[in-house]
Amino acid sequence: MSIPFRDRPLGMFIADFVANPYAVIGLAGLVLVIVLALFAPWIAPQDPYDLTQLDFMDGNLAPGSAGWTGTVYLLGTDDQGRDILSGILFGLRTSLMVGASSAFIAFALGALVGLVAAYVGGVVDALIMRLVELQLSFPAMLIALVLVAILGTGVDKIILALVLVQWAYYARTIRAQALVEKNREYIEAAHVLQYSHSRVILRHLLPNCIPPLIVLVTMQVAYAISLEATLSFLGIGLPLTEPSLGLLIANGYGYLQAGRYWLSIFPGLALLFTVLSINLVGDHLRDILNPKTRRQ
Amino acid sequence: MLAFLGRRLIQSVAVLLVMSFLVFLGIFAIGNPVDVMIDPAATPLERETAIRALGLDLPWYQQYFAFLERAVAGDLGRSFVYNEPALDLILTRLPATLELAVAAMVMAVALGIPLGLWAGLHPGSWLDRTIMAGSIFLFSMPTFWVGIILIMLSSVWLGWLPSGDRGETVSILGVPFSFLTWDGLTHLFLPAFNLALFKLALVLRLVRAGVQEHMSSDYVAFARAKGVSERRIIGRHVLRNILIPVITVLGLEFGNLLAFAVVTETIFAWPGMGNLLIRSIQVLDRPVVVAYLMLTVVIFVLINLFVDLAYSALDPRIRVGGRA
Repeated sequence: MSIPFRDRPLGMFIADFVANPYAVIGLAGLVLVIVLALFAPWIAPQDPYDLTQLDFMDGNLAPGSAGWTGTVYLLGTDDQGRDILSGILFGLRTSLMVGASSAFIAFALGALVGLVAAYVGGVVDALIMRLVELQLSFPAMLIALVLVAILGTGVDKIILALVLVQWAYYARTIRAQALVEKNREYIEAAHVLQYSHSRVILRHLLPNCIPPLIVLVTMQVAYAISLEATLSFLGIGLPLTEPSLGLLIANGYGYLQAGRYWLSIFPGLALLFTVLSINLVGDHLRDILNPKTRRQ
Repeated sequence: MLAFLGRRLIQSVAVLLVMSFLVFLGIFAIGNPVDVMIDPAATPLERETAIRALGLDLPWYQQYFAFLERAVAGDLGRSFVYNEPALDLILTRLPATLELAVAAMVMAVALGIPLGLWAGLHPGSWLDRTIMAGSIFLFSMPTFWVGIILIMLSSVWLGWLPSGDRGETVSILGVPFSFLTWDGLTHLFLPAFNLALFKLALVLRLVRAGVQEHMSSDYVAFARAKGVSERRIIGRHVLRNILIPVITVLGLEFGNLLAFAVVTETIFAWPGMGNLLIRSIQVLDRPVVVAYLMLTVVIFVLINLFVDLAYSALDPRIRVGGRA
């Protein structure tokens, strides 16, 4: 006798998720954004960073107007004849890559530190948690600014800065969970079997501490994308050779007063759409995974 | 209370020491200060004398103590760009930033509490749904992008409000303020609104959650049984209890506002210290960055201290509870 799919954990989870229309819209938006970013080089009408494909004659065109070769630029062009739509698709790639990779590296680092703190306890735990508290008492934005001031700019450095900004959230969350889990019988059983500490931490403790972190990762990816865009907008983020959405917005900002709104508004809408989609999914995931608010 | 205050003061000093060490390490040890502080065209002999004069040949801990000693005396170095003491440079811009942050905070509270109350008292209504969906929207919009939209709508298209600078100011005790003149107020409105939006969403959600929690509590049921009017239950009993977490969060968020003011100031060309910080980072004017950081750390420690004290005054359980 088998349990119907909708009564199994995964089936219930999917049913809960689909029950909220906003979350479904968010997920659809997120999938769309990821697909667009992944396949940008094939979808985009032009490669905005290949100078041979740019045409100065087509510079500063308003959205929807045709260039002199007859190409229609849906979202307009910048002063060098660069198609804004293509710029957005390529920028989305950079933004998502930086946001997602920094969130996941921070997740790995924070999870490891948090687990060790909870598992070892004592002085190590106290030291790590003081450091976490110290960092969390300052706003992430400020810490990011400081790190960029120290590290300099560049893709690797921005990712490093974002990782250092985020790790503490994961460390704190996973430690709280691990403190509960480490006193359970299965950990005791693992000790009785004389498994090594690293095996107990990674194979037994870690998998059981992951669920509460899923929501956090989702929200942090959105936050990291937003933070990177802000830093790039301020001119202390990514270099000009690797334009993310934030940099596109910054470049267009100078032309706003001249009435060329499309240069910064459309990349901004793409950024908003991405972050909003992730947040809609995350917000609902939190409701589903939280036993307190979960439907009976 | 005194013991609590003493304990918190000691903790604050400890935080200051740790942060000063981290700032020192970050700024002075990672990059080579010699390259930054000495003219690259100098001869080797001039270089040697300069290194000795600046104390850069000393072991790092001696350099750190020298840095601490100067910092306590208020000397955080001279700006390379302006050739003025870095701390003075920051301090002259502090009032503009504070004015912006306070204005934003007032806006967030003045709009957030009533909206949150309404949403919490009518959960599930269409306005509640709209307010909650709107708050996710506000959380998702990067501050700098909202700023751009605001400028575009009200300055470029409608031409209603100015989008840069502080406008006409009035000096009080030698410090210029914008909010005392009409022109200054019009200049203040947009950046403050920009900065307030994110906090508005936060206050709104906090108040809504608080209302929902407290309206189903025993003391509200008891007050109703006594025949206390609904208006009085909300105003005297529920609102008071909700305000405790709101005050804490707002206190802590005030520091966050100062950090995010960096973004708003850059967009609206508001001449505050955040604006100065970004330019200093761009041109590697390190003494100014250090001065900004140390000042911000001090402000943060003070805010945290103040919030803790306010909290323990509002809720006696915290004082007795011990850990703090």
